[in-house]
Formats: sequence, structure tokens, C-alpha cells
Amino acid sequence: MSRRVLVVAFDDEHRLLAALRHARATPHEVLDVHAPYPVHGLPELLGERPSRLPWACLAGGLAGLGLGWALQVWTSVHDWPLNVGGKPHDSAPAFVPVAFELTILLAGLGVVAAFFLAERRRSPAPAAACAVRATDDRFVVSIGARDATFDGPALARRFREEFGACEVEEILVEDAT
Amino acid sequence: MADPIVVAAIPERTMGAAPTTAHPAHEPRDDVRWILGDKGPRDITDDVCRPLGRRPGRGWWAAFLVALAMLGVGVASIGYLFVTGIGVWGLNRTVGWAFDITNFVFWVGIGHAGTLISAILLLFRQKWRTSINRSAEAMTIFAVMCAGIFPLIHMGRPWFGYWVFPYPNTRGPLWVNFRSPLLWDVFAIGTYFTISLVFWFVGLIPDLATLRDRATGLRRRVYAALSLGWSGSARSWKRHETVSLLLAGLATPLVVSVHSVVSFDFATSVLPGWHATIFPPYFVAGAVFSGFGMVLTLMLIARKVMGLEAYITKKHVEMMCKVILAMGAIVAFAYATELFMAWWSGNPYERFAFLNRAFGPTGWTYWVMVGCNVVIPQLLWFRRVRANLAVVFVVTLVINVGMWFERFVIICTTLQRDFLPSSWADFSPTLLDIGTFVGSFGLFFTLFLLFCRLVPMIAMAEVKAVTAHQPKADDGKGGAT
Repeated sequence: MSRRVLVVAFDDEHRLLAALRHARATPHEVLDVHAPYPVHGLPELLGERPSRLPWACLAGGLAGLGLGWALQVWTSVHDWPLNVGGKPHDSAPAFVPVAFELTILLAGLGVVAAFFLAERRRSPAPAAACAVRATDDRFVVSIGARDATFDGPALARRFREEFGACEVEEILVEDAT
Repeated sequence: MADPIVVAAIPERTMGAAPTTAHPAHEPRDDVRWILGDKGPRDITDDVCRPLGRRPGRGWWAAFLVALAMLGVGVASIGYLFVTGIGVWGLNRTVGWAFDITNFVFWVGIGHAGTLISAILLLFRQKWRTSINRSAEAMTIFAVMCAGIFPLIHMGRPWFGYWVFPYPNTRGPLWVNFRSPLLWDVFAIGTYFTISLVFWFVGLIPDLATLRDRATGLRRRVYAALSLGWSGSARSWKRHETVSLLLAGLATPLVVSVHSVVSFDFATSVLPGWHATIFPPYFVAGAVFSGFGMVLTLMLIARKVMGLEAYITKKHVEMMCKVILAMGAIVAFAYATELFMAWWSGNPYERFAFLNRAFGPTGWTYWVMVGCNVVIPQLLWFRRVRANLAVVFVVTLVINVGMWFERFVIICTTLQRDFLPSSWADFSPTLLDIGTFVGSFGLFFTLFLLFCRLVPMIAMAEVKAVTAHQPKADDGKGGAT
């Protein structure tokens, strides 16, 4: 089963946002937007949920703190207690710097790992000639047909004339199902 | 891939004028133009990628060969050190930390400006950072690499350097001493390097994708692998922004902790001149001060050599000069506080330590430090000085020199006169001390020059986002280059 997808390219983020508001009002599906930089207001317009990445960061940080503290207490108090200047074995204040650094380390690595994992299900740029420039200067919207009322040429004209799209291309995309 | 210079690839607007909704009135706009000359996204891509596609010029080769030669001196010095032992250095039983630990603290400090620019200024939403953050972060990574060499080669048996990590071993298992600030350093510097590298790479991904989409052949395959399939999807951008903000939020306390931990190496000792609670903030301010000096030195060269005057403008230089002034004021205040506390403490050893600093056998280094870090930077109060890039360049070099001397003063003048006059000794560096230091500069500049050639020096995506919201140059008063 393949699906008709209209790929519309803009050269300005304001035109993109205006066109996107229009596209959301049509019965068709806005599949994705590809842009050279993060456009403010775009995630909200696409109905993106708030990212859950901060939770991965928190989890990594807590793991770092816990592991860091446990490692220090276990090695310094239980496995090989060493008398250093007559200080108590469980000298908590001295364990703060290493536990702090490990908190930061695992929080940072955790959030980046979660980012890469989440990006495994990323959406590649559509296979249209104009979409290659989405990493350069084009803002590219992909609109997928939902039903037979999808009139590519008419939509294309509309985006060009009313919203100042600079390039429009219709492609067929194989459904992943 | 010698692209012809695309002056302004204004895309053809197919149909009619843009609708009136194109620029809604509520859209926030800055009143400052950080990038000169009405650059569109395509111009920015071209300007930043152009030097990467061209063969390097004579200037680059000359600089690279000098840097390689310096690196060679360093490798030879360290090689000789390894086969002979650290007796080849000028240090002795009394001054046990000398040139090498001075260099370590110097290089760690240099790195701090990169993190300040990339993390703290991101949290404060300072748009001017976008032109310089990429190279400042690269500078951080390279500086930390240079710093890491010195404690390692100072160990005497550097081939056992991995003993600093707590891992189950056959020596007991004998664990590391978690109560030692020297071990805290291992964790602080290790974390700092890792997080800086990851932060830098995550920021690079979209720009590497831009390079991928411009390149052909082998270059394309390399950039494709490095950019991890980045497509610029809105969903990816949202995640990318979240990750960048979180990493910035993590890097901010991290950078403060790193030089604080470095200062603990001194502050937790009992030596007069080191045992001071002022050390952590004093070291952090000094680090940012010296780091901004180095960032400016590099940026002033890079904007000329790489032709990036429209991106790193006089306004950027002005902002950095102001940061230097602010940090320099804190450093000067710290010097004064140290002197005051030495007198106010009523402790004869503390008083002697500071008199020895200023008037002892190496008292001249103290006055070099004061001259370079306190007196000469005051020139930056004057707008005409800040606008004169040649003078700014000289001032930044002076700050780099001054901050190296600060570390030398702290380390050597304290150690050379301890509690027991019979163990007093002086320090003077040997040729191998100096050769190792020269080598660290060689490593730093070699890496920086390679960086200029291999990845975009300016964060293209971030600069595009800034230019999209800056007012157009209709009056031609955007600031001269």
C-alpha cells in the first residue's frame, strides 16, 4: 500500500507557520516538518507532547549519585578501611565531590543515550528533491493523504499562491505497515 | 569541492507576495544585529562551509607546521622524561609541584570560558554566543586534553596512570583514597572532559548533516556516519533543544565544580598561601578570566584567517571584553582579599608567605601577575580600546601570560619557603620543563587548526535561528567590521 504525500518547501519560517496552520485545518495529515533550525512554536503547532527526556536525565543523575556514594562507602568503609589522618572511615563530606561529579556524568550520559534511543524512530526527510535542502535553508512540510479527497495539484497551487511556497512536489511513500 | 562563491542565492519566489500573516506583530525581535550583512540561511551555510571545501591556504599550513614542530618538541621532551625520570625537571624535594602543575592549572582554566559560553550563556539566552560557542567548546576540549597530560607525566611512573581509577585489582584489592582532593580531580576533570565532548558533539550533529547534504563521495560518507542520520525533523529538533538545555544545566554547576576541585588541591593543605577558603571562587573567576582571554586570542585570529568577520563582529569582541573586565575585577578583588586576610589573620606564617610572594626571591613573578591581570586589562574600560582589535589582541595575550604567572606564583612561592628554613629551596625550570610546556601549546594549536579544517567553526543552525529574528540592515549601521 503506498500513500500520496505532498512535500511543500518554504524559504521562511513565518510562511511555514502560516501554511502549517492551514494544513492542520485540512482533513489530511501533517506527517512531519523538516527545518534547518528549531522553529519556535512549531512543536506546539504539531501537537507535540512535552519531551520525556528530562526524566532520563533525572534517572541518570540519581543513578550516578547512588552508585557514586555506594562505591565510596563500600570501598572506604567495608572492603578496605584505611586510616587516613585519623579521619572516620565513613567521612561523608569528603565523599561529596566524587558523588557530585558522578551525578553530573551519568545524568549527562543518560540524557544523551535516551536522546539517541528516541531518535532511532526518527523520521527521515521525505524523498523529494526539494527536501534535501532542509538542512540548509528550506522549511519542508510533508502532508500525507488520508482519503480519496486528497487533491495534490490543487493543494500545491494553494500553497504556492496563498502561502508563498517555493517548491512543491508530490511523491508516493510506501507505508511501513 | 571548490564551490564558486555564491554571493546571495535568493530563492525564486514562485508566486506573488507573501501573505500579510508572514510577520505577525507579536513575534519577538531583537534590536541588536549580531550578524552583519543580512545573511540568509543559505549564505550562512555557504560562508561557514566554504573554507572546509577549499584546500588550506599558505597561512594555515605555516601555522600548522609551527604547531606540529612545537608538538614534536613536547613529544621529545616527554619521551626523554619517560626514559629518564622526573629528575630531568627543575623541581626538587621542597618545590615538588612546579612547572608541570602550574601548566595543569593553567590549561584547565583555559577550558572554562568554552563551557561558560556554551552552557551559562545558553541558559541566559545570550544570542551573541552562537557565533563563538562551537570554537570555544572545541577550545575547552583541547585545553582539557593538554591539562590532562601534566598530572599524568608528573606521576613518575605514568604507565601505571590507570591506578587512579577505582577498579577491582590484584593489589588487595587496594582502593583509591576517596578523601584525597587529587582523586577528586580525576573525577572532576574526567567528567568535565566527557560532558564537554558529548555536549559539543550533540551540538555538531545538525551541522554535520548540513555538510553531508552538500558533500559528495568519501566526504559525504564520513559526514553521513557522523551526523547519525539527522534529518532536521521538528520532532528531532525539539528533542535536540531539550537535550542541549539539560546538558547546559548540567555543565553549569560542573564547570564551577571543576576549578573548585582543582583549588581544593591547594586549599585543603596546611600551607600558608594555599590554605584559604577564598580559593574555589577565586580559582573559578580566574579560570573564566584566562579562558576568555584565550577565546578572544583565538577568535581574533580565526575571524581574519577564516574570513568570518561578518559572524564574529566587533560587537562580539566588545561583549567578550566586558566579560573579561568583570572577571578581572573579581580576580583583582581576590588578590586584595588574600593580602588583607594575610594581615588580618595575625598569623606570622601567613604574613610571611605573602611578603615572600611579593618581595621574595621570585617576587618579580608576582608583579608580572599583578601587571598583566590587574593593571593592563583596565584599558578595556575605554570603548576606543575595545574597538581597536589589535590592542584587544595584545591585551588578551597579556592576560594569558598573567594567568600563567598567577598559577606559578601560587604554587612556587608558597612551596619554596615552608615552615622549616632548612628545607627552603628555589625553583628554576630546565629546558625540558619549558619544552613540555611548549609541546602542550603545540598539541593545542595542532588540534585547533585541524578543527578549523574539518568541522564547521560556527554553529550554523544556531546562527540561522538568530539571523531569522534580527532586524534587517536598512540603515547600514550594523557595526563595522
